[in-house]
Amino acid sequence: MAKEFKAPKNIKYVGFCPGCGHSIFVRLMQEVLEEKGYLDKNVCVVGVGCSANVHGDNVYGDNKMECHHGRPPVAGNGMKRVRPDVFVWTYQGDGDAYAIGMGETILAAEQGFPISVFVINNCNYGMTGGQMAPTTLHGQVTTTTTKGRADYPINVMPLIQSIDNVAFAARATVTSPAEIRKLKKYIEKAVDLQMNEGKYSFVEIVSPCPTNWHKSPVDSCKWIDEEVTKVFPLGVFKG
Amino acid sequence: MIKMVTHPERCKSCRYCERDCPKDAIKPSGKMNAQGYEYMSVDEDLCILCGTCYTVCPDLVFELLEAEA
Ligand SMILES: Cc1ncc(C[n+]2csc(CCOP(=O)(O)OP(=O)(O)O)c2C)c(N)n1
Ligand code: SF4
Ligand SMILES: [Mg+2]
Repeated sequence: MAKEFKAPKNIKYVGFCPGCGHSIFVRLMQEVLEEKGYLDKNVCVVGVGCSANVHGDNVYGDNKMECHHGRPPVAGNGMKRVRPDVFVWTYQGDGDAYAIGMGETILAAEQGFPISVFVINNCNYGMTGGQMAPTTLHGQVTTTTTKGRADYPINVMPLIQSIDNVAFAARATVTSPAEIRKLKKYIEKAVDLQMNEGKYSFVEIVSPCPTNWHKSPVDSCKWIDEEVTKVFPLGVFKG
Repeated sequence: MIKMVTHPERCKSCRYCERDCPKDAIKPSGKMNAQGYEYMSVDEDLCILCGTCYTVCPDLVFELLEAEA
């Protein structure tokens, strides 16, 4: 029996580049919020980067706040303390969470803030034109590593995973229907852990940035499957 | 009854749908939308209404909706 697949009603238009992984994450999150009844009971705490594309009236109604670069986990923690009935989730990039915001990223996990952190890892600073990020692969060409990155990327997962206050930590991608369905399960798990048990979750999404990678969307996904996931393995690391 | 509804004006031609459709029912249409992207067309005779295109599309081009009688 065929089943209905209906676009989430909160997405008015998609403002990301062709093939961008941000778009797929945004849709999955809206599906989960709609299905679990949190559409009017959630706050999206946005970092600085292409995640800010959800500003204006295109997605999420009024339930969002843009923070200082890298600070969504601490801003979100404040919101959650005054409104524990609301699902609070951060929507950040790898530059936001692991460069300027690394301190807050680790603090939130270490303290077990009762929020859910989502990081779109596209191995560069997408919004500002594809500069090197802490997650840029060894040898990867970016606008600031024109001969290929000489040093090595940071993988936060082993540290996050080792922290007792972390209830759930997982890494997904969006390069196939199966991976996209897994990511949706991770989002659902993070919502449940926060709303039923007041627990912290961390989900990283390895995500294509075809514009700055100078690859077609399909080739970007291939590069993720063949190279990026060797450095950033997928799966559930905690919980 | 479920029917495929497409929004070609939203398409940005990433081709994830063409890559993943298990029946190879989706191909570039040869036509351009107002955004300047070549949108996809679905061969309804091949389509089995599995929803894979909805799942992988970043731009909400495909919906499978209960058709009004
Ligand atoms: C305090 C401050 N420093 C630097 C910038 C410039 N800036 C804007 S977005 C960005 C990085 C975004 O990269 P990432 O977080 O990976 O997000 P993406 O766009 O790749 O999704 C930077 C450095 C800024 N806006 N504010
Ligand atoms: S620059 Fe990269 S991350 Fe930003 S919208 Fe475009 S593809 Fe997505
Ligand atoms: Mg980035």
